[in-house]
Amino acid sequence: MNLDSLTQSNGEWLRGSGPEADIVISSRIRLARNLSSFPFSSRASTHQKAEIEQMLKDRLVKLEAESRLDYLPLPALTALDRQLLVERQLISRELANADGPRGVAVANQETVSVMVNEEDHLRLQAMRSGFALDEAWTDIDRLDDLLEERINYAFSEEFGYLTACPTNVGTGMRSSVMLHLPALVLTKQIEKVFRALQKINLAVRGLYGEGSRASGDFYQISNQVTLGKSEATILTEIREVIPQIISYERQARSTLTRESRQALHDRVNRAIGTLRSATMMTSEETMDLLSSVRLGVNMGLLEDTISIPTVNELFLQTQPAHLQKLMGASLDGEERNSARARYLRNRLREAGPNLN
Amino acid sequence: MQKCQKCPNPATLHVTELLGANQYEELHLCEQCASKYLYEPQPKFGAAKGAVEGREDEGVFAQHECPSCGIKFVDFRNSGRLGCPNDYQTFREELLPLLENIHGEVRHCGKVPRRHPQSKEMETELIQLRNRLKHAVTKEDYEEAAKLRDLIKHKEEA
Repeated sequence: MNLDSLTQSNGEWLRGSGPEADIVISSRIRLARNLSSFPFSSRASTHQKAEIEQMLKDRLVKLEAESRLDYLPLPALTALDRQLLVERQLISRELANADGPRGVAVANQETVSVMVNEEDHLRLQAMRSGFALDEAWTDIDRLDDLLEERINYAFSEEFGYLTACPTNVGTGMRSSVMLHLPALVLTKQIEKVFRALQKINLAVRGLYGEGSRASGDFYQISNQVTLGKSEATILTEIREVIPQIISYERQARSTLTRESRQALHDRVNRAIGTLRSATMMTSEETMDLLSSVRLGVNMGLLEDTISIPTVNELFLQTQPAHLQKLMGASLDGEERNSARARYLRNRLREAGPNLN
Repeated sequence: MQKCQKCPNPATLHVTELLGANQYEELHLCEQCASKYLYEPQPKFGAAKGAVEGREDEGVFAQHECPSCGIKFVDFRNSGRLGCPNDYQTFREELLPLLENIHGEVRHCGKVPRRHPQSKEMETELIQLRNRLKHAVTKEDYEEAAKLRDLIKHKEEA
């Protein structure tokens, strides 16, 4: 797999299509698995990790799955390329920054990625654009079965799939749906939604998972409990709550239209105006402004022909590693802000009809 | 009827904790307090619980070591990560209240690997052998390491 070619596309999760794609960005399911006869990654020696990697890599690249997996050993990649994979959500920040033999197997369309020697020996992940948990589950379940034909998983009848951290034991499954909720943020109702979700044991995280800020008004809703509930039950619980959040966001959007249409219109136009003319732009500010633009496009408040897939693409391409890949050079913070502003100006001029 | 020592309910369970030679403690508890006492490690009763299981005190309890990977329960408490799959058996009693706390359940319900997994004994033995191999390599005892490597290969292919 050529990493430079990755920057030309959006990958699966930002494709901007699929059910409820104006609010639901993507659906993701990950499974944690370990080999039965090795210590967990944090206790394994470099030798053992190399042995684990070799065994899993052989298995992964020979899988008879619909889409072929390419294996990328992380120590062979530059820090920039590792960061690129983090930004595309193909690997975790932990895997990018860890030591020793480790890697990731990625499917062509980026719908599947498998991390090797993360906190667990295997972290399988399936991604889909829009609200599509069932499809993601079908993919990941099948991949899990194929791997299990030749690999002895650490499993106990009592505790299920055994993981390095007891918070993942049981199904080892974390299923999450990423939502864009700008209207709930603007109407200050988002906290209320979070409290309700926490009561039913669902976690809310920012764009890049654990501990990350919810920049761009993106939120990931996922299950906390992995033991004592079947995969089907966990999926149903999330599947049932998402339509409610979607309807709250839609209600908040109508409230904004009804009660502060002028202010909203102003906000959206200022956002696109700033993006089109600023000469320095931080990553944070870009996320905030693009969030307003995304809301404006979905509510038909912009006269431009800018599309949702384009907005999604800009969210990704303006991340630090993507930007540097696009520019073909490594840039420091200040240079990045200037390059980012230039890139946004060009892209948004292409997209807008009324340039004058 | 005798009252529970921890609440006003009637005591239905009578526990005799052996604390050492000729030393014992009697406890009379209702069902609810008894299950709390038996499954949740409490500092006050830590000593008694340890004695029942043949350990002397909390300190020793935390020093309890996994025969496969060599981590102690205290290591897990400090890092939040277990050392190997066998730890779920070794530290089962210590982990149960924790799992109950995190998940509200203590028993898996969900997918099961299709193939019959390797026997537990074999898994434990392999982890032990790999652990010895690691030490042999660290000590640069390559003769021992080579022997262990062959043995592991042999066991895995069997």
